[in-house]
Amino acid sequence: MSGRIHPGINLRAGDQQPTTEGVMFGFWVFMMSDAVLFALLFAVYASLSGNTAGGPEAGQVFKLVPAALETGTLLLSSSTFGLASLAMKYRQSMAWLQGMLAVTLVLGMIFLGLEIHDFMDMARQGAVPQVSGFLSAFFALVPTHFLHVAFGCVWIVVMMLQLRVFGLTHTTRTRLLRLGLFWHFLDIVWVMLFSFVFLRGLL
Amino acid sequence: MEDRQAFGRELRRYVIGLVLALVLSGAAFALVAWAPLPPDGLLGAIAGLALLQVMAHFRFFLHIDLKQSHRDDLQLILFTGLIIGLMVAGSLWIIFNQNQRMM
Repeated sequence: MSGRIHPGINLRAGDQQPTTEGVMFGFWVFMMSDAVLFALLFAVYASLSGNTAGGPEAGQVFKLVPAALETGTLLLSSSTFGLASLAMKYRQSMAWLQGMLAVTLVLGMIFLGLEIHDFMDMARQGAVPQVSGFLSAFFALVPTHFLHVAFGCVWIVVMMLQLRVFGLTHTTRTRLLRLGLFWHFLDIVWVMLFSFVFLRGLL
Repeated sequence: MEDRQAFGRELRRYVIGLVLALVLSGAAFALVAWAPLPPDGLLGAIAGLALLQVMAHFRFFLHIDLKQSHRDDLQLILFTGLIIGLMVAGSLWIIFNQNQRMM
């Protein structure tokens, strides 16, 4: 049981190989550097969020219900990815694993669709990046997360194809583990986003 | 058999994580929707809920705990936390201080 060699969900002891720890640790290093990037975008946003330069203010362009829907879809997708990780680890059927990845992908794409709708809505109200410091910082921060989720979706598609072609090898297993880390990490960034950008803006 | 138990344990972990995440974010959204407190108090409550939720995500989705076996990685995460704290708090301090001096 105590065969844990890196943080995050581990493969079963029999499935681990000498390279497992290294590739997983490397991905943690990448994720933490990504966390620093997001933290600085948050700092920029926090220092500019009051500078509306006569343009729209946060309370006028943010909406509570879409933000809540986006939060719900992303949270659900995190747990369906958890089910996919367990299916991979405990060798449940390939159909179930692929199915869970597909559900995660659909939820991720619903999230992207909702966000695109929000951005278009803001643009219609004249809230575009060049209007004010607040909007420049907003459109630097939130679409960076959007792009991460979009790349995560591409990565899920790639993994679904790789599972079809190569099956569950050590390589595809650890790639799935890393994709899982990435996906759960994006959810954490979203928690900070909805709390300190959307909810704070709506107070 | 042992696998089944381990599977059940890990499944429970994700379920607890999902319930906690839904409750905590639901509470934050409800606070803003009904605004029972003045804005400053609300902001503090939202920040507290966000912190709790981030910790729940780390614990239940990313499986981070304080076990002996992987201290290196825990140090990486804690050190990143320190760097983030220094850079964010430092930037905000300087920017807001400058802002006040400009008034």
